[in-house]
This record gives sequence, structure tokens and C-alpha cells, in this order.
Amino acid sequence: MSGAAVSGARAASRQGHGEALGAWLLTLPAAISFALLLLLPTLAAIAMAFTEYELGLVPVWIGLENFRELLEDRGFRRSFLNTIIYVGLVAPLSVGLGLALALLIEAGARGRVFFRAVFFLPVVSLTVAMAAAWQYLLHPTIGPVNTLLRMIGVAGPAWLSSSDTVLISLAAIGVWENAGFNMVLFMAGLTAIPRELREAAAVDGARSGWARFWLVTWPLLGPTTLFVVTITMIRSIRVFDTVAVLTRGGPNKASEVLLYTMYTEGFTFLRLGYSAAITLVFLAIVLGLMWLQTRVLDRRVHYG
Amino acid sequence: MKDTPDVSGLSVEGARLTLGGTPILRDVSLQVARGEFVALLGPSGCGKTSLMRIIAGILSADAGVVRIGGRDVSGLHPAERDVAMVFQSYALYPHLTVAQNIAVPLTMRRLSAWRRVPVLGGLLPGSRASRAAIAADVARIAEPLGLSGLLDRKPGQLSGGQRQRVALARAVIREPGAFLLDEPLSNLDAALRVTTRREIVDIHRRVGAATLYVTHDQSEALTMADRIAVMQSGEILQVATPEVIYREPVDLRVARFIGSPRINLLEAEVGEDAVLRVGGQATALHSAARGAVTLGIRPEDWVLEEGGLAARVEHTEFLGDHALLHLRLGATVVIMRSPPGRMPHAGECLRLGFDPARALLFGPEGRRIPAHQREPARV
Repeated sequence: MSGAAVSGARAASRQGHGEALGAWLLTLPAAISFALLLLLPTLAAIAMAFTEYELGLVPVWIGLENFRELLEDRGFRRSFLNTIIYVGLVAPLSVGLGLALALLIEAGARGRVFFRAVFFLPVVSLTVAMAAAWQYLLHPTIGPVNTLLRMIGVAGPAWLSSSDTVLISLAAIGVWENAGFNMVLFMAGLTAIPRELREAAAVDGARSGWARFWLVTWPLLGPTTLFVVTITMIRSIRVFDTVAVLTRGGPNKASEVLLYTMYTEGFTFLRLGYSAAITLVFLAIVLGLMWLQTRVLDRRVHYG
Repeated sequence: MKDTPDVSGLSVEGARLTLGGTPILRDVSLQVARGEFVALLGPSGCGKTSLMRIIAGILSADAGVVRIGGRDVSGLHPAERDVAMVFQSYALYPHLTVAQNIAVPLTMRRLSAWRRVPVLGGLLPGSRASRAAIAADVARIAEPLGLSGLLDRKPGQLSGGQRQRVALARAVIREPGAFLLDEPLSNLDAALRVTTRREIVDIHRRVGAATLYVTHDQSEALTMADRIAVMQSGEILQVATPEVIYREPVDLRVARFIGSPRINLLEAEVGEDAVLRVGGQATALHSAARGAVTLGIRPEDWVLEEGGLAARVEHTEFLGDHALLHLRLGATVVIMRSPPGRMPHAGECLRLGFDPARALLFGPEGRRIPAHQREPARV
């Protein structure tokens, strides 16, 4: 009896091993590709950040030297500050615009699909191709924007080639790019709010749409808003293609941003170690934002 | 009794609604007096919820007038109608505490938009006093509903019955002129439903508003309401007290909808001699109508008697204090509430008669037609 039980237990444990082995085998392809495509490159980049390495030469371990240089590099500080300004403009504006568009489209009786498609277009279109259109629109002499301004008697600036306006112009393009994406996310969030709640608010005395918005919609959109804010910040920190195509960081580094600096250090000056150090700074910011989001999400904006 | 519209209650006149080509309401009129409890009873999809939403102002009718407290509110925003509503899903604000939920109708009315702003609004002059008054009102409403200990919880932490009571408290706190309830018990379990029925009637008595209670459950309507309005396919078929609805339905559809088990319907015929015959056998009823009619007998109105209609027991359902007998009567199966005493068993043959005073006769269009008892002697 007890012998049978022991052998049974042994069989069960053998079976358990078999199951574990099967599980490992099944996850192997995913595990390998994760290690090869994500983990190793990240670790390599981290390691590279502590070396002086130019393509074709042997990497030399220099410890924190790259980061010390970053702190003293006026170009990097400029690019860091520009990125913060860019995010500071794009994130709130595109989130606000996305929410406004979502509310307007949801409230509208018709044309829902049409407007959703129109505002989502920038998200699916190729930024590099669209940049050409923006270059034309913002051209100081033949561009329609300045032509319109001239008609009302205002001399428009050289949007993309003046260091005063270049960051604002890029941010405007960034808002245009992101607002449609945010709008779709907000629309999804809005459909999750039961219609009965807004009706209850109306019966309870929330006379204006504004009052209903503050009583029901805004608080219940909390989780969506938080997600949209973080995702927009992460998306706008990664700004690269408009800068690369339209301004190349100029004029006079007025539109240098983190990723563009990383790109020029790595691929123009071939200082891969230094470039990796910038990547690490970038990675730290993105991870910090994600950590913040999950913490706040768990704490506050969850109703269950 | 209610032929003259009561000016102080709730009334709907000639409400029509068509959605996407489908008629939802066809010329519906209904009056609820102040202090009266009317149940709007009908199967799902009959338009009863639409009618309620039209009264609340959430939905606008194609035609018709809604009056609350004698005032024409047809074009007004829900907030201006002096109406409160309990939604089927309760529609509690999930991000607010129980106390805040109950207080919403008061904060929306008594505090200006600026004073409603969290933290900052509390600093404005007069805000503190208004908020204290609201808190006192909330406590007063919450106490009899047993919510006093739950005021700081969020709706997500409450049971179904507690949420239901919060929804009731929120609806009655500003003492509305009309009180609308949309299937408020349908999300509760059976045991809770019975106790909550009593609570809702008590609240109605306390508030004294014109109460309209939408339900598809006839036992709720029969036990709670002063009057029942039976609705089907966008029409109100009959409005009367529960007893009249049950005993004297004006329409075959009302008779069929009310009563559990359902009323037994038999094809019958009135001959030239005015005598009603079932399966060729003469009965104690006669009628002024001629030709094919429908005879309705409630399960409890059958009696056993010599020389009655021949029926065979198909099977029996024992229910404790009584039993239901399923009897084959010619081509149809009828249900009889068993007489006290001996319990017949399956296969047995019985002779059925019925109480002619309680039998209902319906014409070919389904309207009730008068039937008279021939002689004191039965079949």
C-alpha cells in the first residue's frame, strides 16, 4: 500500500519533470529570440557605454568617463533641454487635443467614422513623407502658412530655419502626429464608460455637458488619461525622424534632441561608446516614466 | 377613479416614439397620482423602459406631453423636471464614496460650479455651511436604509443589495415630485428581492411622490403596486388595481400575461341559443356574442363535478401546500390547482367543471366579452 503510494509519488514527480521540460521546450523559441534580440543588445549597449569604442577598433574600458563627458558637453545639455521642451509642449497639447477630438466625435451624431479616420491618418502615414509636406507648408516665402499670415498683415517667421521657432514648429508637427493616436485611445476609454452614468448625472442635476464631464467622464477616464500621458511622453521623447529630415538638429543645434545626438555621435562621428552612454540616459528616462505610470496606476486611478 | 388627471402627480399624454422605423410607443397615456405607486408591467421590449426614459427626459418622444406636478416638462432637461430615477444597473458613480454618491443631487443643486471644485471649492465663502447641511441630509437619508456604516466605502466594495439602497437613497434625497424605478430588483438574488420590495414600498410611502415602477415580474407588480399598467408592443392595455387586473382583464393578452401558472384558454363556441359550449358540451354560461370565442379559466377556478368535461391526469407537480395537475382535455392540456384533500394520480380520469362567476370570455379580437350565468344549476 505504502510502496504503491511511494512509487505513485515518484511517477508523479517524474511526470512533473516531464511537464517542466515540455514547458521549457515550448518557451525556448520565444526565450531565445528575447535573449538574442532584446537582452543581449541592451546588455551590449550598457557595456559599451563604459568603453571608448570606435568602429573597427578594440573597445577600451574607461569606466564613467563617457558620463562625465556628457555632463560637461554643452551640445548634449542643449539636446537634453530641447527634448524636455519638446516633450513639455507635445505631451500636454496632443493629450488635450486628442481628448477634445474624442469628446467632439463621440458627441457628434454623424460622421463618426469619417472624422476618426481623418484624425487618425497622421498616425498611419509615413512621417518622413509627411515631413516634405510640412516643409512646404512652413516654407518662409512660398509656404501657405506664411502666405495666410501675410494676408492678415503679419510677417511670418522662417519656421524651420530660425532658432527661435524651430522647436515650436517641430512640436506642432509632433502634436499633429500624436493627437490622432491619443484620440483613438480616448475614444476607447469613453466607450467603456456606461451611458447610464451620464444619464444618471443628467437626472441628478448635472445640467450642462461641462458639469457631466467633471462629474462622470473625467474621473472615469482617469486610467485612460494616465496611460495616454505616459505613452505620449515616451513617444515624444523618441522624436527623431522629423528632426533628421527637416532640420538635422539645426540651426546651430537649436533642434538637437536626444535621439538625434545619439545618432550623430554614433553614426557620423562613429563614437559608439559615447553614443551608447546617451542611449543609456534615454533608456533610464523611459524606464523611469514606465515605473511612475505603474506606481500611480496601482495607487490611485483604479476603481475595480 | 382616476378619470380626471391628477394635477399634482405625474402624467403622460399621447406619447409616441418610433426608432429606426420600428414603433416603440403608440399613443401611450398614463396618470400617476401624487402618493400613488403604479407598476408598469410588460414583457421585455414592450417599450416600458422607453416610456420611463421619456418621462425622465433622457429620451425625447416624437409626440406627447409629460406633466410632473401639473407642470408641462416635455421640453425640459432632466435636471429641471423634478424627477428622480433608479437605474436597473444602479448607475452609481464608481469613483465617489457612498456619501458622495447620495449627495450628488444636492451638490449639483446647492453648490455653484466653483464650489464643487475639490479642495479649492471648499475655501469659497458659504461653502462650508452648505457642505455641512448636505452631510446632515445624507446622514438623515442613510440611517433608515442601514447605510450609516458604509458612507465612506466605494460602490465597488458593496454588495448588490447595498448598492441598490445607495441608488434609492440618491434618488429620494431631494424629495422629487416623480420617482421612477427601472427594474430595480432584477440584479438581486431571489431572497433579497422579497425583502427589498417592502423597503421600496416603505420609501415610497415616506417620500409621497408619484412613483412609477417598471418591471417585467408580475409578482412584483401584484404585491407592490396600487395600480398596474399592463403594457405590450408599445401600448398600455389596461390600468387597474392588481385585483381587477387579475380578475377582470379587459384583453386576452392581459389575461395571458398575468397569473402563474398561466390562465387556461379553451376554444369554445356560442350557439344560436346563446349557450356557451366547450367541445360540444353545454356549460353554465351564456353570452350575447355568437360563434367562436375563447374561454379563460384560471387554474384555481376548476372544480371536480359529476357530468363535467372529461379529462385525464397527465402528470402532477407537488408544491407543498397544493399541487398542480396537468390534465388532457380533448386536444389541449390544462393546468388545475389541485383541490384540497385527495391527490389524484397520473392516468386517472376526472370530470371537470369551473366556477362560472370567475370564467372569462374573450371575443375573436381578444377583447373581453360579457358572459352571464344561465341558472344557478351547473353543467
